[in-house]
Amino acid sequence: MKSDKQKRATDSSENAKVNLQQAGAPSGHGAEHNPEWANGLRRLYDSVVEEPLPDSFKELLSRLDDKS
Amino acid sequence: MSDSKRTPSEKADFKRELTEVIPHLRAFARGLCGRPDMADDLVQEAMMKAWAAQERFEPGTSMRAWTFVILRNAYLTDMRRNRFRGEYDENVAERILTAPADQEEPLHLSDMHRALLTLPPERREALLLVGAGGFSYEEAASICGCAVGTIKSRVGRARATLNSMMEDGDIPRRSTDDASAHRAILQELDMVAAGNGLASKTR
Repeated sequence: MKSDKQKRATDSSENAKVNLQQAGAPSGHGAEHNPEWANGLRRLYDSVVEEPLPDSFKELLSRLDDKS
Repeated sequence: MSDSKRTPSEKADFKRELTEVIPHLRAFARGLCGRPDMADDLVQEAMMKAWAAQERFEPGTSMRAWTFVILRNAYLTDMRRNRFRGEYDENVAERILTAPADQEEPLHLSDMHRALLTLPPERREALLLVGAGGFSYEEAASICGCAVGTIKSRVGRARATLNSMMEDGDIPRRSTDDASAHRAILQELDMVAAGNGLASKTR
């Protein structure tokens, strides 16, 4: 389960890198079109993805079962 | 709710997939609204809505994209009710966003987050989806219910703003002119909400 989650995070992180290289970078400029903040943006997102899930979410998930 | 037609095994699959995307929902929500506690409330609201609407989810399609639409709608609705306004809680953010492994890196994550929160909401969400969430322009356009060209233009503008902000070292500091930033955000919200398209179907 955990490795799934991490793989998914890695995949989206890789996609994000490619996406920002493409965004507004018509051709051939490579790394200079992947500015420092773009890496910061991904780390910002990934840092939340990698946080342990708060108990409130586990409680909510078990409440969903009760309703069904 | 109207989930009676789903078999127990389909419900179990749905729940497993929903569970897997929670970390991504939390990351998207925090990028949108800034405050971790409010972001988590929003994710829980979206999860309950997703659960109630599970019959409308097509198995085999992207749970992440589907739930992002629901999260986005919940965010826009709450924003219009003024439940939160892209507020930024400095203390909580400092604690949560500090990344010990990269301390030598000049750009602190809280700087990044402040810079992100100064963007108009529709550019912020486009940048989050494409630049952080790794969605394609097509997927992002589908999530936001707008044209692919619109997403490209929003990402391009967001990029240009952040580039110049970082080049000039003009990263917003704590307690910048938040009031005017919030006014600008609220003014643009109606524009964003107007383009719901696909998003509105999942309500």
